Amino acid sequence: MSAPAVVVRNLWMTFPAKRHGQPIAVLENVNAEVATGEFVCIVGPSGCGKSTLLNIIGGFVRATRGEVMVEGEPVDGPDPRRIFVFQENGVFPWLTVSENIGFGVRGKKEEERRRIVRHYTEMVSLTGFENAYPRELSGGMRQRVEIARALAANPDIIYMDEPFGALDFITRLKMRADLTRIWQSEKKTILFVTHDIEEAVQLADRVVVMSQRPATVKEVIPVGLPRPRDLDSHGYLETRDRIFHSMGMSLRIGENIA
Amino acid sequence: MELGGEKTVNGKSRIVLPLCVGVAVLLVWHIAVRISHSYLTPTPLEVLRGIAELIQKGLLFKYMAASLFRVTCGFMLAVVIGVPAGLLLGWFQLAFQAFNPMLQILRPISPIAWIPLAISWFGISDAAPIFLIFLASVFPIAVSAIAAVQNMQPVYLRAARNFGLSGGELFRQVIFRASLPQIITGIRIALGVAWLVVVAAEMIAVNSGLGYLIIDARNAGKRYDLIVAGMVMIGLIGLVLDLIVRQLEKFDEVRWGYASRE
Repeated sequence: MSAPAVVVRNLWMTFPAKRHGQPIAVLENVNAEVATGEFVCIVGPSGCGKSTLLNIIGGFVRATRGEVMVEGEPVDGPDPRRIFVFQENGVFPWLTVSENIGFGVRGKKEEERRRIVRHYTEMVSLTGFENAYPRELSGGMRQRVEIARALAANPDIIYMDEPFGALDFITRLKMRADLTRIWQSEKKTILFVTHDIEEAVQLADRVVVMSQRPATVKEVIPVGLPRPRDLDSHGYLETRDRIFHSMGMSLRIGENIA
Repeated sequence: MELGGEKTVNGKSRIVLPLCVGVAVLLVWHIAVRISHSYLTPTPLEVLRGIAELIQKGLLFKYMAASLFRVTCGFMLAVVIGVPAGLLLGWFQLAFQAFNPMLQILRPISPIAWIPLAISWFGISDAAPIFLIFLASVFPIAVSAIAAVQNMQPVYLRAARNFGLSGGELFRQVIFRASLPQIITGIRIALGVAWLVVVAAEMIAVNSGLGYLIIDARNAGKRYDLIVAGMVMIGLIGLVLDLIVRQLEKFDEVRWGYASRE
């Protein structure tokens, strides 16, 4: 067993006060671990700080206190060995689909690069759209370009911050199925932030449940269901309900839980 | 253009409607001159004859070339200096804080106000109007580049950093590319202003060009037909210049940056 891909120890994050305001405590003593090759989802109420946590792990934001180790090294800024897939879609609109997917392999020889781009274009089912520009694509297709761009750079870990949040229900379901298939074939470590409990249960090996802000890890729930996952199975519904309860929510609309 | 939406504008009406307005303006102009008996104001037909006379004397193309040469020089200089300067000022906070107040003081000074100084520095030569055109166009270009960098979507920057870009590579491949649509808009505005300024500068600072044509036609014989002929040519050339720069906005590399008017 190799070292864990990501280790978060006693992590605290407080944003400094804005004018006339109080400093905002976002993360309070967060501890978590992601094993190599594992698919882990972080869920929590919106605005709880789970995106901030992922941004700290990704090296975009510095924590107030605590330690983040990725592949045995402390994090010091973003790193091409770990690619971030952004909620707001970070595909470059001035490049074609091909140029975007090949962005992370700019250093490689032309032939090698072309082979990689073709491979990942196929994997995310965008063959035929190589020369299209992002503005000509649907939201789901743009998000697939970004995933392909991340994969093509051959990172060890992919961080995903609510990547399907802006998509419609059907597209989201399809994207989850595609992502699961890709994860199974590519064997990457994936750390995936979402506010959607169903999404977490459909995707993850383990689900990290965060509390309200200031957020801490409430519970880590193993999913342990075989893939492809049956969304009607007893095990699926049971895991889903467990997460709901862990987040302090009722499955019956209108009922209050103290 | 070919997809979606109600087609309220088709190819035919795009030509026919402006043509109707044009004919109506010429007609009103002609009648107004006739009714008012204002002998100084030429009728459209007299202006047309004036243009023909200018062509015959070989003056029209000579003056057009002179004006366009000055605009091209001053404007290119403004692009070459304004775009990099704007990108750097937009990117480096400290430089922006240092230079922005000075920029905001210089910007509202009309280039026309610089004419006396320009003549004192450069004399009656091409350099004076080129300098004035440079002044007129460098500010809109620099300001649009600054704003473009400052308003850039942070996600592009984060993605670029994630892929290991920094320094010159980050500037060329991401910051410049992300700013380009807004820079081109600034360039379009600047070219319009430059064309306005060249005429004014030529009225005072040189003895060739379309601006000089107008002032000379007035001073040497009150040839109002030639004055209006010069004005018409200035308008037509301005239209053509704008149409040319508009083509820049159609490139795929920048089209994403404009609200879809397609």
